[in-house]
Amino acid sequence: MPLTDQERQEFEALAKQLRRDIADVTGWSGGAHIGGSMSMVDILTLLYWKYLKIDPANPAWEERDRFVLSKGHGGVGHAVVLSQRGFFDKEELRKFNETGSMLGMHLDSLKVPGCETSTGSMGHGLPQAVGMALGARVLHKDWRVYCVIGDGESNEGSIWEAAMAAAHYKLDNLIVIQDRNHLMIDGPTEDVMSLEPLADKWRAFGFETREVNGHDLDQLAEAIEYAHTVKDKPIMLLCDTVKGKGVDFMEGDPAWHYGGLSQELVEKAKQSIGE
Amino acid sequence: MAKTESTVTWTVYDADKMTQREIYGIVLKDLGAQYPEIVGLSADLAKSTKIGTFGDAYPDRFFNLGIAEQNLLGVAAGLAKAGLTPFVSTFSVFASARACEFLRTDICYQQLNVKVIATHGGISFGSGGATHHATEDYAVVRAFPHLTVVVPADAIETAKAVKACLDITGPVYIRIGRGFEPNINTSEDYDFEIGKAIEMREGTDLTIIAAGNTVFHAVQAADILKQDNDVSVRVLNMHTLKPLDEEAIMKAVTETRRIITVEDHNVINGLGTAVADVIAASGKGCAFTKLGVPDTFCPHGYPEDLMNLYNIDTDGIVAKVGELLNREFEEDEDWEDEV
Ligand SMILES: Cc1ncc(C[n+]2csc(CCOP(=O)(O)OP(=O)(O)O)c2C)c(N)n1
Ligand SMILES: [Mg+2]
Repeated sequence: MPLTDQERQEFEALAKQLRRDIADVTGWSGGAHIGGSMSMVDILTLLYWKYLKIDPANPAWEERDRFVLSKGHGGVGHAVVLSQRGFFDKEELRKFNETGSMLGMHLDSLKVPGCETSTGSMGHGLPQAVGMALGARVLHKDWRVYCVIGDGESNEGSIWEAAMAAAHYKLDNLIVIQDRNHLMIDGPTEDVMSLEPLADKWRAFGFETREVNGHDLDQLAEAIEYAHTVKDKPIMLLCDTVKGKGVDFMEGDPAWHYGGLSQELVEKAKQSIGE
Repeated sequence: MAKTESTVTWTVYDADKMTQREIYGIVLKDLGAQYPEIVGLSADLAKSTKIGTFGDAYPDRFFNLGIAEQNLLGVAAGLAKAGLTPFVSTFSVFASARACEFLRTDICYQQLNVKVIATHGGISFGSGGATHHATEDYAVVRAFPHLTVVVPADAIETAKAVKACLDITGPVYIRIGRGFEPNINTSEDYDFEIGKAIEMREGTDLTIIAAGNTVFHAVQAADILKQDNDVSVRVLNMHTLKPLDEEAIMKAVTETRRIITVEDHNVINGLGTAVADVIAASGKGCAFTKLGVPDTFCPHGYPEDLMNLYNIDTDGIVAKVGELLNREFEEDEDWEDEV
């Protein structure tokens, strides 16, 4: 077991808190991409609190691992994680979406400490992650690049163009994590534009591919540690997740891709998430 | 060719309760009943752009390509080649930038009959930030040969533009907003012709040329200036950026001698540049200035705040008119003869 009991307890509590924060910010901001933020919380919790080599006091630390949120509309989720991890004051979250705030729906890397690169247009993060991984090779650095992509996002040709390049250049310092929550805006991925057999596609594109429950911290931790041992090819952790995870009235409902929350609904959401 | 008519018409009563996008969806659905050759396409934005209203009514004539905008425009080109009339909807930034070359080379180069209805134009997706703003689309698509470029002023005009674009055999790009923009027209009972500017207010001291959501603010500014300062401001709704109504521009040059353009777009290569080209080529003296987004990526924020920041709302226009009225410039010698 890669996680100690204490770690597991700590991360589970942390994930709940992050989910409650996402609900709060969605309420304050008038609207945010809540569904896809909730689905990736467990993944981000493990990365940001256990695996990423980062220094919140020095976001530009050269040796840091890079984290790229390719599905950049998860900005509210990412912002909550970055502030909780100490990259900026949590008070900033209250101004999410407001004019003059450093935080909007899609995080701006020039404004948000810890945000590695500006994303939000689908299919832009993975190509940049490939570039960062190649950069480490050129510079003889041993940083790793972690990149979270969406499943709907993987309709984009640029995702597969980047995948080809990652395999071609044997980027074993690149760990791609797919938030396979089965939904995009217009409905289930398999209704809108079918992706299956998705794991086979990644394998065919040259990725070492592991299928994981994206809400099971132990499985996730085990998979990430396995990823660190893979040589000469990029790795894909295909994470089965639930969009809106943790909030009973959102789970699996495509209508909660983006939305606002009244104070009453914020409370309902937080109750469902629990302490 | 007979003008395309739809059985649905709009008044401000409906329009005030509906966004440009919603009205677009309903009009397209209605046109779909009359024109079996119309097909619809989107890229996981059927709901967001409202082309889904058409899609729900005609599931066999609607294709959701998933989040893949290059393929979206390419497939539309193929459907047009097959003899159909594709309507394509996604956000403006993706239609004009992500799928740019597919629009240019597949659709415009081959003069294909594809109608791109691009939503969330300009800075209308305020808090979405620069990744979701489209402040360069006029610049890009205006430069594509054969493409007609239309920017309706409001929801009612969107209905008219969507119908009118069917009278053109060839590619059309219609840019609309996110939908929370106020209406300026009160009913569909006015002449709308692609390529012909609409004089929203008569005036002799200065002309404001606006397009899209800035028309509302230009008209408000003109009314304020009339009332408070007795300044006579002409307002042109330049809903078609291409082909441009050069006649209306030259009439404004000779009759008012001062022109301000206002656009929800980068000041580079948009409406203002198009108007400036006409003025410069004419050789006439004219006090001229452009209001628009300066050459920058806009920050996150509420659209009304961003419009205020860049002086493309009523207040900004009023201030600019005051400034331009006092600007000295060299008049043409033969000017009096022309007026
Ligand atoms: C190029 C591009 N096209 C369209 C959009 C609009 N959009 C934002 S999120 C989204 C759906 C994303 O689905 P998915 O990747 O599955 O994300 P998740 O379910 O994790 O929220 C779309 C189409 C976009 N941001 N970028
Ligand atoms: Mg998804």
